[in-house]
Order: sequence, then C-alpha cells, then structure tokens
Amino acid sequence: MKTCLVVDDSVAIRKVARMILENLGFHVTEASDGHEAIAWCRASMPDAILLDWNMPLMSGIDFLRQLRAEPQGGAPKVLFCTVENDLFHINEALKAGADEYIMKPFDGDVISAKFAEVGLI
Amino acid sequence: MTPDDLSLICRIVRARAGYVIDQAKAAMIENRLGPLVRREGFNSLSDLVTAIKTKRDERLVWALADAMLPKDTAFFRDRTPFSQFRDVILPDLEQRLGTQPLRIWSAGCATGEEAYSLALALDEARAGRGGRAIEIVGSDLSDRCIERAAAGIFSQMEVQKGLPIRYLVRHFDRQDEAWHLSASIRQKVQWSRVNLISEISTVGQFDVIFCRYVLGGFDDLMRKQVLSQLAGALNDNGYLIVGRDEAVLDQAVGLSPVWGSSDVYRRDPALRIVA
Repeated sequence: MKTCLVVDDSVAIRKVARMILENLGFHVTEASDGHEAIAWCRASMPDAILLDWNMPLMSGIDFLRQLRAEPQGGAPKVLFCTVENDLFHINEALKAGADEYIMKPFDGDVISAKFAEVGLI
Repeated sequence: MTPDDLSLICRIVRARAGYVIDQAKAAMIENRLGPLVRREGFNSLSDLVTAIKTKRDERLVWALADAMLPKDTAFFRDRTPFSQFRDVILPDLEQRLGTQPLRIWSAGCATGEEAYSLALALDEARAGRGGRAIEIVGSDLSDRCIERAAAGIFSQMEVQKGLPIRYLVRHFDRQDEAWHLSASIRQKVQWSRVNLISEISTVGQFDVIFCRYVLGGFDDLMRKQVLSQLAGALNDNGYLIVGRDEAVLDQAVGLSPVWGSSDVYRRDPALRIVA
C-alpha cells in the first residue's frame, strides 16, 4: 500500500484529505507543521506528501527545501495543496522541487487527477 | 412537470441532437434546464415548455436541446489517449504523411479542453517544427460551448482536473480568479458548430478524430450512422479515438481496432464503408 503524509495545520483539511486519499488506496499519516513532517520523513519516507504552504513553526516551502536535502528526500512525490494560487508561488514551489500543485479549494476529482499525474494512481 | 412535458423535452433532444434521454429522470432534466429557465426569464420549466409549444421558437428549441446535452470534459481526460497520441499516433502520421498537412478533429468538444489538450501535446512534442502545417478543429453542437472554448478562459477547478502544472505555468495567465490560455495555443485551434447527426462533410477530411464520451448518448442506429460519418471523414489509416467503454467494433464499418484497444480505431482502406 502506498503511503501519503498530509501536512497541514488545519484539522478539517487533514480530515478531508485523509478521507479522499484513503478512498484512493493510500495509507495516510498526518503532520500539522514542517518540523513534525520532517520527523515523520526521517522515521519513514512516504511515497507522497500533500503539503500546505502557510503553517506555523515551519512553512511548506521551507519544509520542502529541507526535505530535498535529506538522504532519500528526493524520493517522495510532493504535491503542494494551498490557497496560494498565483504563478509566483507555483513557480517557487516547482523550483524548490514540488512535483504538482493543488489550489484550494479542492475536491476528490482534483486530488485524484493530480496523484495520477505524478504516477501514484 | 407533466409526463407530456417530459416527453416533449425528450423528443426535442432526440430529434435535434440524436441523444436519448430517459424520461423517468425528471430530476436530472429539471436540473439541466434550470439555468435556461432562469436565463430566458421564465418562472418555471412548465412555462418554458408552454412557450415552446405555443411560439414554436426555433432559437428556444435549440437552446433546450443544447442545455440537455452533457458537457463533462477535462484537460487530458483519461491521460492514456493523449500519451498514445503523442508517443505512437503522431510519430506514425509524421512518417506516413511526409510533408502533407496534419488535420485533427475534436468532435463534440464541449468547452474545448480536449482540443486544447491536443494543441498543448503537439506544442510539447514540437510537432510541426519542420514546417508541416497542423490544423486542429474543435466542434460542438452547442454555440454556447463553442463561444466558451474559443475564449480559452477556465476556472481554477477546471485547470486542476487533468492539466499538469507545467502546462499551467507555461501557457496560462491568471486574471480575476480565472485562468486565460495563451494566444499562441488558442490560435492553434479552429472552432466550428457541427451537429454529428447531420451532414458533417463540411469540416473536411482528418488524420485523427477524437470523439470521446459523445457516442454513448445515441441509440444503436444513430451511433452506427454517426460512426459511419466519422469513418468517412477519416483519411485512409487515420485514427478514431473514442471514450472508455464506447467500443464500436461491431458497429463501425470501415474501422479496425488498433493495438487490441477498445477505444482506438483506424480507418482501414481495405474495408468498405457502408453508410
């Protein structure tokens, strides 16, 4: 079973994302900020990371830069999932190593299409 | 709404567009026609039907048929047909056609995502860089869909259902909550109103026809008629790509399945086409 780490400071968003991803066949773990997410990744690198941008303690973009510098940190497919919906932020995310980009609000079709795009379903 | 009203609506859609609508699906019918009722200033769907009965207003009749047709579409819908197009069909055609122009038709394109996906795929494959002319035609029965398609403006939700982010970054610009496709891609597609159950020869001959999730709405007889017309619009060895589960093998005279696939067919010059 493929694994996905959902990183978002909103409990509601994590709950919705978990429901959609579990329906797509993923084993889901959750983190509420970048520090917690790095700890999860060091313990067990997931196949995919669904990543919010604006979070306390460590933002999504800072997490991504740190992740890509970790041993095996290039492996997970990282999909940003954020309210930042302009080309500046999208380009920043891609430069930092994101594989796909989801603009909130999202639904199951969007998540499914984006995970298919990165080859995980 | 009375059974007679529902029956009239279904008969109009079948006569004008060839589509079979189940009269028992009253809620679906009311849901699809609700926006038309409001746009035309009627108080209820019954009032709209009464107006059609009494005024015989052709514009309103066509607007009703248009509103009843499904318009589900997405960029790179199902993904595989587009990778097959880029990786297999396009190289085959480029080799066979030499310097002849390449013509592609997105038939029943709704709001244009399929035609634009083909334009984006061709752009990425750098097709035509040797000077070959490539023409993409997007057609639909609906004037409203064609207008929207030609504008090339999509909502945030629409650009997220199938469009890889690299295409969004390269070819779209965000303005006022909407995503505008670049002129360079928009100019690659010509738009036309075509009713597939009528004479379609005006759009010409093609090397590739995408007609996906359109055929399923017709009854068997109409589907065979439309398929014969599409086969007739294909050049020899041209490709027809249909939607998943729209297998046409037993009905498509003049078409042979390719690669054992149930959704890619080739116009076989050895088979006689019987309309």
